[in-house]
Amino acid sequence: MIGANRNGRPYAKAASAVFAYACALCAFASIAILSLLLWQMLSYSWGWLDWQFLTSFDSQLSPRKAGVLAALVGSLYLIGLTTLLAVPIGVGAAIYLEEYAQRSPWRGLVQTNIANLAGVPSIVYGILGLGLFVRGMKMGAGVLAGALTLTLVILPIVILASQEALRAVPSTIRQASYALGATRWQTVWHQLLPAALPGIMTGVILALSRALGEAAPLVAIGAAGFVMFVPQGINDKFTALPLQIYNWTENANEEFRVHVAAAGIIVLLAMLICLNATAVFLRYRFGKRIRW
Amino acid sequence: MSVATSRPSAPLAIRKGQRRWIESLMHAALWLCAAASVFTTVGIVLILLVESLQFFSQVSVVEFLTGTTWAPHADPPRFGILPLACGTFLVAGGSALLAIPLGLGAAIYLSEYASPGVRDVLKPVLEILAGIPSVVFGYLAIVFISPIVRGVFPQADIFNALNASIVVAIMILPMIVSLSEDVLRSVPRTLREGAYALGATKLDVTVGVVVPAALSGIMASFLLAIARAVGETMAVALAAGRLPQLTLNPLDSIQTMTAYIVETSKGDTPRGTLGYQTIFAVGLTLFLSTLALNVLAQWILKHMREKYE
Repeated sequence: MIGANRNGRPYAKAASAVFAYACALCAFASIAILSLLLWQMLSYSWGWLDWQFLTSFDSQLSPRKAGVLAALVGSLYLIGLTTLLAVPIGVGAAIYLEEYAQRSPWRGLVQTNIANLAGVPSIVYGILGLGLFVRGMKMGAGVLAGALTLTLVILPIVILASQEALRAVPSTIRQASYALGATRWQTVWHQLLPAALPGIMTGVILALSRALGEAAPLVAIGAAGFVMFVPQGINDKFTALPLQIYNWTENANEEFRVHVAAAGIIVLLAMLICLNATAVFLRYRFGKRIRW
Repeated sequence: MSVATSRPSAPLAIRKGQRRWIESLMHAALWLCAAASVFTTVGIVLILLVESLQFFSQVSVVEFLTGTTWAPHADPPRFGILPLACGTFLVAGGSALLAIPLGLGAAIYLSEYASPGVRDVLKPVLEILAGIPSVVFGYLAIVFISPIVRGVFPQADIFNALNASIVVAIMILPMIVSLSEDVLRSVPRTLREGAYALGATKLDVTVGVVVPAALSGIMASFLLAIARAVGETMAVALAAGRLPQLTLNPLDSIQTMTAYIVETSKGDTPRGTLGYQTIFAVGLTLFLSTLALNVLAQWILKHMREKYE
């Protein structure tokens, strides 16, 4: 084909143009359809998403009285705890793999293992959480068990993103630090972590948004569906936004299914947008300071 | 950025001892963090295996793998996973059929045709698309997609496999696009310019040179996306129905392995019973299927990659 005589292929140019437009259509069509659907959803939530919705508990029978309070607070608790657990462990693991571990079969094994864990479906982590935390450690399906399970879900993402950020720090920084007599940990703490921070934070926030939207692992550990209270301690029963939305969407009552669920989704998406805006802000704010 | 130095007033011996102590403590702590990921894998495998072994002590593996009826609550109960596997296959296969051509087309557009300005807009939009939670797609499937599908095919069930395939296709699309675009862009310019010099059109260059050169990475992105579709849970649990049946008709109501685990976890099956144990056996099957797809994708990336230097 390539190098064929132009005259032998009168439609070559037209075919090329058609192909270009077809590819562009692929790129824009999916985005257009999704925006249309999201716009429709926004209109369904109109009139339902109000102060009453944000400050009330769920209602079994009347859609107008249903609210998102328990799920909202539950999600905040869950994300807070997950951050406290996943960030130190994930960043620590990344530092170990990048800065401490020698090139060895053990390191290769751990790295392959992390790549594979990133591909494990979240519901399988839910089954692990059920067996390990809820039943093995007898925690019950409380906030702590939920947060531990979500930590396992996002740990591979945090580790991979932090490794990437650490790898991007030029090795001259390390050499200079060692040459001045700093130990390995001093180099990590005073040089590498500050330099890699914007990258690490971006990865962490992406991982947390994943955790915020996950319902499957929470269902698997047996998190309660209908909760009429805000969790007080770390072993209290809880519900979370995606879980609450799932229950509403499953409801036979059309007002719950279409309108209340849409209002819940808007609250969830608003939280996700806030998280991601923080990521963009942090990248901008801290990214500027570093000049090599 | 200042380099840390210990206070000069501290005696040298104490400083050194303290430093060494901190060094080994941090080394051990960081090692533990890295080991946590290994413990996670060990935990998944152990729990799935131990609980599944209890299940398989009562149900034969052969019946589980070849039985054509899945009715854990019937009397007598039947535990043939084929209907659930078939449901998973139907949804994953259907979404792959929809998402692969669209995703590859979009990736080619972004890599070969789009101006930098368009790309700077489209790439973040795709990232946003990738960040929308699964349960939201479940809602979209029920409220918007299902009525459309039933409008076109009146014989379709309210909950059907096609519904689920469509939303799962939208969910895996960003993954295919961004992974494929990365490999397409990493094909060296010299290959393209060589082809242009021989008189090829842009279509010839793209289809005849760039895509074949990036084929291993593109195939890997397809496999990773299919693995994601197999493990996709909430959207499928909402959209596809709850009827485990052995069918390849996308308009039928079906149940996937993931949706079965959700239904059983949410329901009030008493713990410790055989019906409850099924979620571990199904979970093990699911885990092994996605693992196989992921390992295959990594193998392709490692061994089939064409190197240009």
